[in-house]
Parts: sequence; structure tokens; C-alpha cells
Amino acid sequence: MLALVGVAAAAAAWAALAPITVASRDELFAIPQGTWARRMAGDKVEILPATIRLTLGVNDVLLLRNLDDVPQVFGPALIMPGQSFRLPFEVASTYSFACTAHASGQLQVVVDPMPQPGWPALRWRLRRWLR
Amino acid sequence: MPRATAALCLAACVFAVVPVAAFAAGAAPPLKAGSFEPPRAAPDFVLAGSDGSALQLSKLHGKVVLMSFGYTHCPAVCPTTLATLAEARRSLGKDAGAVQVVFVTVDPERDDAATMRQYVAAFDPSFLGATGKPEALAAVRRSYGVVARKVPLGDGYGVDHSSSIFLIDREGRLRAQMPYGRDARDFAHDVRLLLAS
Repeated sequence: MLALVGVAAAAAAWAALAPITVASRDELFAIPQGTWARRMAGDKVEILPATIRLTLGVNDVLLLRNLDDVPQVFGPALIMPGQSFRLPFEVASTYSFACTAHASGQLQVVVDPMPQPGWPALRWRLRRWLR
Repeated sequence: MPRATAALCLAACVFAVVPVAAFAAGAAPPLKAGSFEPPRAAPDFVLAGSDGSALQLSKLHGKVVLMSFGYTHCPAVCPTTLATLAEARRSLGKDAGAVQVVFVTVDPERDDAATMRQYVAAFDPSFLGATGKPEALAAVRRSYGVVARKVPLGDGYGVDHSSSIFLIDREGRLRAQMPYGRDARDFAHDVRLLLAS
């Protein structure tokens, strides 16, 4: 029992204090091939959530990719078939973009600051594991 | 050479060599704006220029074009954008001549060429405004994915419109799209990269 508590405490300490490192800072959303055809057939296809949460230094590059056969307005950009749109963020803030892909006509991107070591980093890791 | 000095020299060499090596390997530093990959040719158009002549986008090849959509009665977004672009252009020094700002109206009802000329010149005399028939302007907006919608405002009307700024390189390729609100330094950074590429 004591060993288990020790392991949990060590894991929590690591999660709170270890530097956050990631292989890629891209947060990718892709429009799959056939999306336009599905929409034309009356299927309500939602690819981008109305709000996207990013974290500086972790996943602070919004990468939108159009794999469909027709141009698509995706987030803030008109993206051609086979084209990508890569938008980096350097300042923590809430950004609003006109986006015709959403019923509200708006896409919100919330960029959070890099979690500080300690409780913020621990909470961030927990949220990410639970996602 | 003392060990500390040698270590400092080595570190300095590494810091100096790594960016050059990355550049030589084709890994250009990323733009601050949202970049398109691969870039496509910027959709061409001919509109009435604020200088009294026809404004054809493809005639601006050889310059980096910063293009935004807006209107002269815009209460906040357009003046901020144009002031930012003017500041960015000023900060470029001798490279400023290689940059052309184009402001395309979304309100042709009120923005004729003369109104546009007076408006854009207040920010920078080199700026060009573009206006035209509503259907011609709508076609240009569609080709760039720009939206504009007339909304009631006080006794008159306003226009809700996309606020991004398009970055077109010297070969006429639509390279990037900067979201509204970015700093003049971000524009200057990206223009320098586009001029160097």
C-alpha cells in the first residue's frame, strides 16, 4: 500500500515538474475526401469544432488540410484540394474568425499559455490524459 | 586558449552555423501568418484603382502585395489594419518600395475611386484602393474566401467582413493570410522572408 502511494506521489511530482515536450506542435484538422459529396447528399458534416483550444509551446499551430476534391472554406481560409493552411499562434488569447463552415459563422480559437511547473502543469497533463 | 573561452567560441559557432545550415538545406523560417502549402496563384482581377487607372493584380508581379478587404466607413477594423500596414511598410526602410498595399472595398455603394484615394492616402500615399461593380467585387471576394454582409448600423449600415490580410509574393502566388490584430513587426518579418525567397 505504501509503495503504491509512493508511486502515485512520484508520478504526480513528475507530472507537475517535468518539462512539457511534444513531438509536433501541430493541431491537425483535415477535411476527408468525399465531404462535399456527403454535404450535397444532405449529410450535416461537422469537422471543425466551434471552439478550438490550443496551448502555447505544446500545440500552438493550427493545421488545416483539405483532402477533398473541391475548394473548402475551412476556418479562416479558403483551402484548395490537396492544400494545407498552417497558422501559428504566439500570444495567449481568444481569437475569433469568420467561418462559413459553422452555423454561427464564427470559429473561436482559444490559446492558453504554456502551463507553469507545479499545479498548472499537473492539471494540464491530467486533462490531456483524460481527453 | 582557456577552456571557458574555447567553449564560448564553440557555442558562438554553433549558433551562427545552425541557422545558415537550416537555410541552406531549404528549411526557410516559418511565416508568422497562416501559410498555404503548396501556394496557388493569387486569383487575378481587374478593378477600378483609387489612382484613377485600372488595377490589375497580376500587374503587381515583382512586388510583395499585402491585400485587405474593407470599407472606408469601417469604424475599427479597417483603420487599424491600414495603420498597421503603414507602420510595417515604414519599418522596412529601403525594402518598402518592393511592397504594395491594396485595399479592396466591400462597400461599392459608398466607396468610389475618389473616396478610396482620399481614405488610403491618409495612411500611406503609396497605398492603392480598389473598387468596382458589386458583382465584380463579389467575385473577387469569392475567389479569396472573403465574406461580407451588410448590417444595420445606427441610421445607416455597416458591413461585417473578413478581416484577414493576404500576402502575395513577387511571383504572384498567394502565400499566406495574416489574421486581424497582428503586430506590424509580424508583417515586416513575413515581408522580409517573402522578399528573400
